[in-house]
This record gives sequence, C-alpha cells and structure tokens, in this order.
Amino acid sequence: MKITFHLNGESVTAEVPDYITLLEMLRDKFELIGAKEGCGQGECGSCTVLVDREAVNSCLMLAAYVNGRSVETIEGLAGPRGKLDPLQESFVKHGAVQCGFCTPGMIMSAKALLAENPSPGRDQIRRGMAGNLCRCTGYSKIIEAIEFVSKGGDCCG
Amino acid sequence: MVKVLEPEIGRVELQAVGTRFPKLDAMEKVQGKAVYIHDLKVPRMLYGKILWSEHAHARILKIDTSRAEKLPGVRAVITGYNTPEIKTGFFKDNPVLKKGKVRQYRDEVAAVAAESLEIAEEAVRLIDVEYEPLPAVFDPFEAMREDAPLIHEDKDSNILKLPWKLICGDPDEGRRQADFIAEENYSLPWVTHCCMGTSGCMAEFHANGNLTVHSPTQIRYLAQRDFMDAMAALGLKNKRVKVITTAIGGAFGSKLDTYPFEFITILLAYYSGRPVRLIFSREEEFFATATRQKVEAKISQGCTKDGLLTFRDVDMVLDNGAYTSWGATTPSVMMMPISSLYKVPNVRYLAKCVYTNNIYATAMRGYGNPQATFAIESQIDTLAEMAGIDPLEFRLINANTPGELTPQGFEVGSCGLKECLEAVRESLNWNEKRGKRDGSGVGIGSLIHVGGGARIYKSDGCGTIIKLDDFGKVTVMSGATDMGQGSDTVIAQIVAEELGVIIEDIAVIMGNTDQETWDVGAHASRTTFVAGNSALFAARKAKEQILDLAAPILNEPRENLDIKNRNVYSVTNPEASMPLDRLLRALHFKTGGTQIVASHFYDPPTQMLDREMKGNFSAAYTYGVHGAEVKVDQETGKVDILKYVIAMDVGKAINPMLVEGQLEGGAAMGIGYSLMEEMHLDRGKVLNPNFLDYKMMTFPDMPEVESIIIETNDQFGPFGAKGIGEPPLVGSAPAIANAIYDATGKRIRSLPITMEKLVAQEDE
Repeated sequence: MKITFHLNGESVTAEVPDYITLLEMLRDKFELIGAKEGCGQGECGSCTVLVDREAVNSCLMLAAYVNGRSVETIEGLAGPRGKLDPLQESFVKHGAVQCGFCTPGMIMSAKALLAENPSPGRDQIRRGMAGNLCRCTGYSKIIEAIEFVSKGGDCCG
Repeated sequence: MVKVLEPEIGRVELQAVGTRFPKLDAMEKVQGKAVYIHDLKVPRMLYGKILWSEHAHARILKIDTSRAEKLPGVRAVITGYNTPEIKTGFFKDNPVLKKGKVRQYRDEVAAVAAESLEIAEEAVRLIDVEYEPLPAVFDPFEAMREDAPLIHEDKDSNILKLPWKLICGDPDEGRRQADFIAEENYSLPWVTHCCMGTSGCMAEFHANGNLTVHSPTQIRYLAQRDFMDAMAALGLKNKRVKVITTAIGGAFGSKLDTYPFEFITILLAYYSGRPVRLIFSREEEFFATATRQKVEAKISQGCTKDGLLTFRDVDMVLDNGAYTSWGATTPSVMMMPISSLYKVPNVRYLAKCVYTNNIYATAMRGYGNPQATFAIESQIDTLAEMAGIDPLEFRLINANTPGELTPQGFEVGSCGLKECLEAVRESLNWNEKRGKRDGSGVGIGSLIHVGGGARIYKSDGCGTIIKLDDFGKVTVMSGATDMGQGSDTVIAQIVAEELGVIIEDIAVIMGNTDQETWDVGAHASRTTFVAGNSALFAARKAKEQILDLAAPILNEPRENLDIKNRNVYSVTNPEASMPLDRLLRALHFKTGGTQIVASHFYDPPTQMLDREMKGNFSAAYTYGVHGAEVKVDQETGKVDILKYVIAMDVGKAINPMLVEGQLEGGAAMGIGYSLMEEMHLDRGKVLNPNFLDYKMMTFPDMPEVESIIIETNDQFGPFGAKGIGEPPLVGSAPAIANAIYDATGKRIRSLPITMEKLVAQEDE
C-alpha cells in the first residue's frame, strides 16, 4: 500500500506491504538506522520514535498507521548544519552514552517526556523513562542528562 | 567524589588525564549514526537463519532439507551432514552444526541463507528433522553419578577434566586454630548478559578467496585465529581472514568467545557465494547464547577470638551445560577472592564443572567473582557476628594492605581496601544505622579483582601504532576494543598527556585486524591498564623521536626539551620553542625528510598460574567496597534500596566520568543479580526468554548511586590507573544480602533474593 506522511519535517511517500512495522519501514525504506530493534516486542524501547509528538515503540506499530501523521526520528533532531538538540548535547556531555544501542530511543523518549512535562523531578524522569532499557549506564547519567536539559528549560522548542 | 590518597610524584599538572572528557564516539551515537551489526548492509547480502533443536537430548535420525531447498529465494541450506566438521569451545566439544545428536534445545541443527529474512525463516520451518529422544540430565549432582546419561559419549564422565584445585598453607590446621567456624551453602542462578543489541555477524568471501567477518566481538584477534581454523576446514588454509569490529551493542563478556553461529554464517557465505548476515532475535539471544552459570557452593571459614581469619574452605559445583566456553574457566578467577581478598593463610578450594543438558556457560562481567564473593562476603558477616565483632571492623582487621604477598602468590601493590571500607562507613552512616533490626539496615561487600591484566594466555599483550601527520594531529591505532566502556577516550587522554597535545588532536582507530597490532581482547578489566600502557609507551617513543630531531633545529640540549600545548620548547630557555605542527612539517618536507611513526607492544610483568594455581597473574589488583542501605517490607518481602555506594580503588581515574559510568552501570547489573535476575529452565528449556519475564533493572528500580573514587596511584598502571570494568558488580549481592540481614535477621543464601524467599524464610 501507498502511504504519505511527514518524516522529520518533510512530506514523504512510501509503497509498503501492509504487514511491515514502522521500524522496518524507517530502517529498510528510509535507511534511518538510528531506531534499533532490541527486542521486537515492545519491551526495551530501543526503537522509540515520535508519532504526532508522542513516543511509540516503532516495532509494534504498523507502518500503515502513520499515513497522514508526522514521524520524528533521532535523525531529525539535529538542526541545520548539524547543530545538536540540547538533549543530544546533554547526553554527550554527561556521559549518558556507553555502547549507545539504546541511546536514540532514550533521547526520543526523553524528548516526549519533556514535551509533556518540561521540568520533571528525578522520580518523574524515572517513571517517564521506564519503558527504555539500558544495560550499560545504570541510568544515573541519563537521568542527569535529562535533568540538566529540563533545568535549562530550552529543549522542546 | 574523588579521594586522592597519595600525592602524584613528579607530575604536578595533568592536562588531559583526569578530565571528564566525553566519550569520543558519543557525538555519533546520539545522532543514531553509529553502525552496529544490525545496521550493516552490503550489496547482494543474504540473511541467515538457524534451525534449533526441539529436544534437550536426542539422536538425530534424519534431516530432510529438500522442501527448504526448493523454496524460491533460498541460496544455501547447510547441516552437519553436508559441511566439514568445525568445533568450537576450548575443549572443541561444540560442533557448529550438530551431527548424530543434540545435547540442548539451543543446538544448531541446520541453517539457511536466503534473499530475505522472511524467506530464511520460512525455509527453516520447512526443514524436517526426525529425532529419537534420549534420557537427559539437568542437575549437575545427578550428572556426576556413574549411571547418569553421558552428555558427550566420547568422554568417560560428565565431570570436565579441569585443574580447579587450590591449596594454600594447611587448611586443616587453620580449622583447628579457629575459635569460631561458619559453615553454609550458597547457590547462584543462571543469569544472562542482556546486551541491548542482540548477537550477530556478517561474513563475506572476496574474489581472491579471502574472508572478512564483521562482528561485535571483544576478541577480534582470537576470533581471527578461530576463523582461520574454519578456513582450513574448508580447504582455504593459506587465505587471509580479516575481522572487523562493528559498533558493539553491549558485550559484558558475552562476546569473549567465538560461537557456532559465527562459523555457520561463514559456511553460509561460502556455500552461497554471497555475503551473509545473521542476527539473533531477542528470544534467540535469551535461549541460544551462553550465560553466567548456576553455582552451588559449600563454604566454611574460621577466625580467632580477635577476628583473625585462620582458614577458608570452599567446594563448588558448577553447571557447565552441554558445551564448554569460558564459563568453565571461571574458577580460576573465583580463587582470587577466596585466597586474596583478605589475609587468610590457609585456603582450600575445589571446583567441579559438570556437563548437563542445560544451557552452557561463558564469561560474564566479573567472571566467577560475583558468585564466589557472594558466598565469602555473606559469610564474613555470619562469622563476624559469631565472634561478636562489627562486620566492617572485622573486614578492617583482615583487609589486605599494600606490599602483601598473598598465599596464592599475588603481589599486592597498591591497595586501598581499608580506605574504601572507611569511605563506605562514612557514606552509609554505618555506626548510627547498623544493628537496628527494624526493617531498615545497612550492609557491605568488599571485593578484589584483577586490575593489571590477567595472564591467562601466554601473552597478555596489546599493540599500539602511533603516527603524527603534518598538522600535528595524532592517529593512534590500538589493538584494544571499545564496547561502550570508553577505552577509545581513555587511550586518547593518555596519548594527549604524553605527547603534549590536546585530546581533540587525536583519532583512535581500532577494530580491524588488518590495520592494528594484536591484542588479546577486552576482558579481565585489562584495557585501561594494558592498552593504556601500550599507548603510553608508544607515545613516549614518538615523543623521543620528535625531541631527538627537534634538538638541532632548536639548537638546545635534547634533555631540556619537552612538548606541551602543541609546542616543542626548552624548559630552561623560553625563547627556544616551535609549534609541533611546524616542526613536523620541517622534518618531513626536506630532502631525506622523515615522518614520526612509533609502535609499542606492551605485555605486563606477570606470571601464568602454575600447576598449583599460584603465581602473580596480574600486575595490579583492584579493591573496592559496595555498600547498601535497604528497607524491607516485612509483610511482602519487598526490598527498597534507599542508598547505594561504591568506593573503588581505581589507582588513578584517567576519566572520572567514565569511571562513574562503570560504577553506576555495574551497580545496576549487580543489584539486578541480587534481587531479580534469573533464567528459569524447565528440563533444559528456557522459560523466560524475554524482558517481561526476565527482570533486569529499569529506570524506576534504580537507586541513586554514590561513586567514591579512591586514587592509590599504582606503580605499574598508566598514570597510576588500574582496571575497573568488572568490580562494580562484584560486591553488590553480599552488600545487599548483608543489609537485608541487618534489617530483618533473615539470611538469604541464594540469589536472587526475591520477595518470596524473604517472606518464606523464618528469622534466624
């Protein structure tokens, strides 16, 4: 089937089989490899992207569902000439990245969390990010990175 | 928090070492640009898929692949019957494709390469296998009985022939000297690595017959050797094998060996004539990869009235599963805490690894040490209580100190164990909080680990090549492997410091066997120490070359020259200086010019363990203490960790932010091991192969972690640093178990400490 949607701010069209997931479409059709398949069953959050500004597990959503909607992936976060989103910068600066496999999904979840609640406390960050697993960092530095941006107040513009 | 114990001698000011420089590849990773094996595609690439066994133990009577072969899009179907035999594991007991019989549900029976993953999955379903089930054995104690079914029929017993026996001093005499003796049994579960990126690799044969394997391996040079064996089996003995390390989506020891799926991918590429990529689903990652093994430990130790340890006696049975991987060698590391965490003159340790029809055992962060330390450090509290001594004081009485030669022959250099104990005492407010039995409590667990490499092979070395270009930029080609821990950054910091340039001037290249010199692998917490020293000495050689050549140009005595802030200068004559890049160009662009290239192969000054399992097998030992404050709901058994602290003697923090990352990440894995992680098996079948049923730590589970870095400046470490990759999970389980005991009076001797166990157990 043919679907049209906004992908990282641009209108795009894709011809996709009706059974493929949003994650498969993003990775295979659009070569956006930032979203990862960590489990393929909605348990790890490595595939998190934004659909109409809400964080979703793209491994669980059919590609067809985004017809007429807007999808944002990690590749769409940096601004013109590669200027990083404050969350991306904060993750780098605070050591919130180790192996990095979960990182794109983490940042997209954090993006949605801060859009909903621009100044969450540490426990709210913990609850808001509960769907994203990380095996390297112990989460502490990710919480610090998100908290830093929320205190700067300027991430979701 | 960083606490420095000794002033740095002769080095007043460090510019790159000691800074919180962000990980070099973080910029790429936050943009989703890092290429993991899952992201790698090449033209004409096929997709591989494995058919797994349907039985825990069975004869293979017949494999019919004809229906799979006829499926359009299938390019190769392989079994143990149409491919040369290749065996993996250090005992070579694991055929990559099983022939004759299967010994586990995880066994590879056949494999397919096809134009798409969907076709490969369909083809695997079309393979018909006839089995004749055999009696199976799932309990290592039953497997040791004479009438037990043999897992490997060419062996006369299910007990692996391994030398895991250590006797120091006179354990019987030590027992007689003891005024108090504690004797207990401890048991540890199967747990798995849970790397966020599942296992996989890609193999590609080139027109000249050479092979390239892309793999997120921790051991690309040992893997290269193993893959060359596979090439020999295919009749391609003189061809080249190149291993390229992709970005690694987590490793933690899981990628320390080569496994059947990698050889299967090579075979599929060979028989299809096309590049093949094979990636595990999450379910396969859970049931088909090797894990940390199940351990049953019987431990006793004794002390005098004054609390001095007189002996320690440990007997272990390890469920090895059906095949050998590095899990069977973890007793070599378990000996370390048993003999050398504290001063204990008389030690006896015996371990048996036993084949069963269960999943098999490999390396996992800590390499046996978390299992042994759980038993030792839980029991230290029991013994201290018998002797009427505060458990922290008890540890101080027995703690190792710098300069100690342990009964296993370890030469303890730097050792901050006592300082770590004091730091945790203060952080937990120990003296106030301990001993209330009111549902809240504090506990500690000390640890030792290798911090200066580990000579388990004849070479424990790492090579580095350094070149400087005409612009003063430095390329460091290191044999090391970064799996997220930040060895790229640590190496850059060390080289920047030595060469007097800034970290941004440095590119660290690693991950291609054609390009860099050999390294034994990212294991044993050895990379900062061994690869760091290798980089340091290579940089020193490059610097020597530069200064030798600069002396006549600057017209200054060689010994007065140094490099700092990208400038070559005389320390006695500020007039004599030249920017490094200009000097490098001046050396290059002239008749008979030169370029600066240096290399160094560093192998630490250590010994292999001898036949009695004794010797100084690491050049430095890392000590640390975990501390936990818990609150236990006495009705439900729910454990809340109110505070978690790790004090670690790291020698020197080359990058404190990365050290904290190791401590916090290790704590998460350690707390998970203590309270929730367990692979459940029913007659060999993994029952919880997903993240819903296998619990690992999530954001809400994670307490605040306080990291206390103690710097003892090890004499052999690069800028004084010791390895700290594994220790951050080694002390978790006893710290938490001891805190739970302090809170409730309940001593739980098996992990994980679940709510059910806490509610079920009566107070002691």
